[in-house]
Amino acid sequence: MGAFAYVAPSNLEEALAVLKEHASAGTRAQLLAGGTDLLVQLRSADKTPRTIVDIKKIAETNRIDIGSEEVYIGSAIPSAVLNENTELAALFPGLLEAADLIGSTQIQGRATVGGNLCNASPAGDSIPAMIAAGGVCVIVGAKGTRELPVEDFLTGVGKNALEPGELLLGLKFKRPGPRTADAYLRFIPRTEMDIAVAGCGVSVTLDQNGTCTAARVAIGAVAPTALLVPAAAEALLGSKLDDDALTAAGAACTAASSPISDKRGTVEYRRKVVAVLCRRAAAIARDRAKG
Amino acid sequence: MAEAVDYKVIGTSPVRPDGVDKVTGRAQYGADMNLPNMIYGKVLRSPHAHARIKSVDLSKALAMPGVYAAVSGADFPQAQHGEIGGEGGGDVADLAKNIMARDKVLYHGHAVAAVAARSVQLAEAALEAIDVSYEPLPPVLDLDAAMAVDATLLDENCFTKNLPEKPDKPSNIAAVMQLARGDVEAGFADADVIVEGEYRIPMAHQGYIEPHACTASVNEGGQATVWCCTQGHFEFRAMASKVLNMNIADLKFIASEIGGGFGGKTVLYLEPLAILLSQKSHRPVKMTMTREEVFRATGPTSGTHCKVKVGAKKDGTLTAATAWLAYEAGAFAGAPMGPGAMSIFAPYRLDNFHIEALDVLVNKPKVAAYRAPGAPQSMHAMECALDDLARELGMDPIDLRMKNAAEEGTQAPYGPKFPAIGFKACLEAAKQHPHYTRPIPEGAGRGVAAGFWFNVGMQSSAEVHINENGTVTVVEGNPDIGGSRASMCLMAAETLGVTYEQVRTLIGDTESTGFSNVTGGSRTTFATGMAVVQACEDIIAQCKARAAATWGVDEDQVEWEDGQAVPAPGVNADVKPLSLADIAANAARTGGPLLGRASLNAQGAGASFAVNIADVKVDRDTGKVDVLSYTAIQDAGKAIHPAYVEGQMQGGAAQGIGWALNEEYIFNTDGVMENAGFLDYRIPVASDLPMIDTQIIEVPNPSHPYGVRGVGETPIVAPLAVIANAVRAATGLRINDLPFSPPRVLEALDNA
Ligand SMILES: Cc1cc2nc3c(=O)[nH]c(=O)nc-3n(C[C@H](O)[C@H](O)[C@H](O)COP(=O)(O)OP(=O)(O)OC[C@H]3O[C@@H](n4cnc5c(N)ncnc54)[C@H](O)[C@@H]3O)c2cc1C
Repeated sequence: MGAFAYVAPSNLEEALAVLKEHASAGTRAQLLAGGTDLLVQLRSADKTPRTIVDIKKIAETNRIDIGSEEVYIGSAIPSAVLNENTELAALFPGLLEAADLIGSTQIQGRATVGGNLCNASPAGDSIPAMIAAGGVCVIVGAKGTRELPVEDFLTGVGKNALEPGELLLGLKFKRPGPRTADAYLRFIPRTEMDIAVAGCGVSVTLDQNGTCTAARVAIGAVAPTALLVPAAAEALLGSKLDDDALTAAGAACTAASSPISDKRGTVEYRRKVVAVLCRRAAAIARDRAKG
Repeated sequence: MAEAVDYKVIGTSPVRPDGVDKVTGRAQYGADMNLPNMIYGKVLRSPHAHARIKSVDLSKALAMPGVYAAVSGADFPQAQHGEIGGEGGGDVADLAKNIMARDKVLYHGHAVAAVAARSVQLAEAALEAIDVSYEPLPPVLDLDAAMAVDATLLDENCFTKNLPEKPDKPSNIAAVMQLARGDVEAGFADADVIVEGEYRIPMAHQGYIEPHACTASVNEGGQATVWCCTQGHFEFRAMASKVLNMNIADLKFIASEIGGGFGGKTVLYLEPLAILLSQKSHRPVKMTMTREEVFRATGPTSGTHCKVKVGAKKDGTLTAATAWLAYEAGAFAGAPMGPGAMSIFAPYRLDNFHIEALDVLVNKPKVAAYRAPGAPQSMHAMECALDDLARELGMDPIDLRMKNAAEEGTQAPYGPKFPAIGFKACLEAAKQHPHYTRPIPEGAGRGVAAGFWFNVGMQSSAEVHINENGTVTVVEGNPDIGGSRASMCLMAAETLGVTYEQVRTLIGDTESTGFSNVTGGSRTTFATGMAVVQACEDIIAQCKARAAATWGVDEDQVEWEDGQAVPAPGVNADVKPLSLADIAANAARTGGPLLGRASLNAQGAGASFAVNIADVKVDRDTGKVDVLSYTAIQDAGKAIHPAYVEGQMQGGAAQGIGWALNEEYIFNTDGVMENAGFLDYRIPVASDLPMIDTQIIEVPNPSHPYGVRGVGETPIVAPLAVIANAVRAATGLRINDLPFSPPRVLEALDNA
């Protein structure tokens, strides 16, 4: 394990000051939420010294606000806390089931969806779910606050759009209207404690007749970053989310994917399975939206 | 021993005496020994799967402050050829070169140097300061390619053993073995149906949770004390003495508690390094492997390529069978091809067979024992073929096996005639088991297969001390992996006629008790148990003598009943029975403390058979196999502690299912293992498995005083074929290669 210093600023200003100091000195500062990715990375080959900045004492990262228009989830909220929130579970069942897939009970006591996003693993489970749910990143830095849709936040494997000195404060979602629901499914060879071979998040809105009036589909683990797949959403729009529409959406996901072959799955396998997950997740979202 | 016997404590399932310490974190495992002035050792490992070592320069590392010692192959005595002895066998020189490479590295992760420093971090930094110059060679990674005539050689001096004549050219085939009987051609000519199959199974690791760890302290007189997690500290001591050319009398090995071994901890890796580093630094040295090191540099079991052909009459009678079994040895000779060959047809009566097995060098870690070494791979081939045969014959797969089942008097393919065995009893139990008789769930498939393991006896010692209040201390020398202390206590309590709670068993170190071979070969409850029983009988004889002296009668006028000395029937003596406690209380006046002992080389380890049943469901869109239900039925001879016997059956099934479904070593083209961690080396997690139902069959082993057969290894043999056969039932597809990972199964489904 490489050498590191640890600071835990008690408010946002202090945290930003620490980050700014390192940004201008060109030294390495790394944010710590749950640490479930970070601690593993600290043991890896990259032993460059760094200062670890714990964000868990900052009020703004620890808030959940459920407003009539908007929902805000602070970036330090552990998945276990999210999953116990019944109001959120009713609004974003898909996002919460994604958070509930991360690791195990023990891991979820620490792991945050903010960390999952910032870590920017192609296979991060909550990311496609956040994209499907229309998540927007709330980013703060020396220059103030900016917002960025989750799908634009990811810039590559392990890379995100944060500038030196910035941190992710939290995630914002439009509060879903009636007959709107989301779902997330991933495929792993086991039942838990594994890394997604493919993942798919779907959010749909239906009219009174069950016709799909809005949809977002996002895929994970089949490209360098999680992706929004507009073509898959289009395949669902205007349909009753019948088998044909689901199959077409699945095919769009396959087409949008650019997976690699590795120890976890082949290109062929991932392309097939992402379509299966899309079909199944869309059917779940549909059934949830019907209520 | 065929008739059922009523025992008082044998057959009950009390909590193990070591249990509380284990669940509360008090138990001391391999890495838990800490000593004053202790420093930390780390190993530099080869980045190449195959290369010549041109030079190793330790000087920069040694110059670093806080680095106290560094060693490489040059610091070891010349590696002498010779038999290792013990369960695994093999060549001492190979063992020595596996512990530390000399002129060549033979797998990625092979040790080339080691350092000891004030901290782990410093030791790691020192490794980076070691200069090794390599001449890389092409790695030999594929089993079939390794056998090709023009293959790159791992060892220019490897001439295939056991051929009628020494071959004129070296090869990667270290040894071959043939087993044959009868006339195979005539047998196949007699057959109405012949099935053939070809199966590949990749390397798999035992997956014990505790990584290898040890602490060594060598004093200025040259005496070394080593604390380590091992399946056999006596054999570790013997191996260390050979590898380091040290006197056994100067080596003391103390076994820690052990967090799993499954055969993998019968092999020495770190201990000689820690001893050398301690010798050089004059400090105790602790060494602990990371999980990654465990995967890259300790012994998994062989990857295999097996072909089998079986012929039968219309009524199911087997007429002939052949098998060709190629086993990866890894970097040095010693794949378990022998037991693989001897077990493949063992459950069946077969007059005509031919088996050829090969031990093949490849640039992968040297294999080590893993539960029933060699048998899961070979028997997977046979049990799949029998399943196919049953289908072709339209026969129930259990009936087909019953028709051909070995029984008392059947001559095993490896020579001897079986004494009483429980295979038929297991088949009968399976046929009647509610799992087998209930309907197969919609869309699922059901598979069955048989398992077998020889079990071994070997040497054990035991002492029994009677404490001054009549309680009992048993001392033996086998590290307790699966609850053996509890079983020793039960057998001692039964023999002496006392309660379980009055007996404690401790595992002595190499200086405090007599020699015992490893905890392996499913031998401990059988062989060490036999020694414990004999040592208790020694106590009983002494008690009878003391009672006789007390009563003024002849020794043969005293009997031992229910834990007390009583006058023999017809003996006219007006005396009160003397309990163990009475005799112990009076020991000072009757000759001193009571100490019983026994040592033996146990013969007649009874073979253990099993039949397993599984229902699986296959997701046709993703290729994922879910095990819905699983039942393991096995002959334990006599289950001394039924709950721990069940634990062995369940654990073996879990490991076998994992191997069947997802476990495999994945190497890239350079011979680097790509999944050296539990994230991508996928052993099953608890939620992956159904409750594993068990049924213990008891056909007593005539060679053991309580009828014990070893139970630890047989459980892993059947699951591979059970899963394969269940998947075949669910999908109609015979998938030949393991594991049944989702991509492989989906590909098979899509190609069908
Ligand atoms: C055993 C185990 C199982 C796991 N299983 C899964 C799984 O099933 N699915 C899955 O997706 N992941 C899994 N993970 C990975 C990990 O748990 C998740 O990615 C988790 O969501 C990370 O959150 P965290 O709060 O722990 O992140 P941290 O480790 O604290 O941070 C992760 C990265 O994000 C950065 N970061 C964190 N917060 C911020 C912020 N507010 N602003 C800017 N940068 C920030 C950190 O600097 C770091 O680089 C598993 C990990 C383990 C150890």
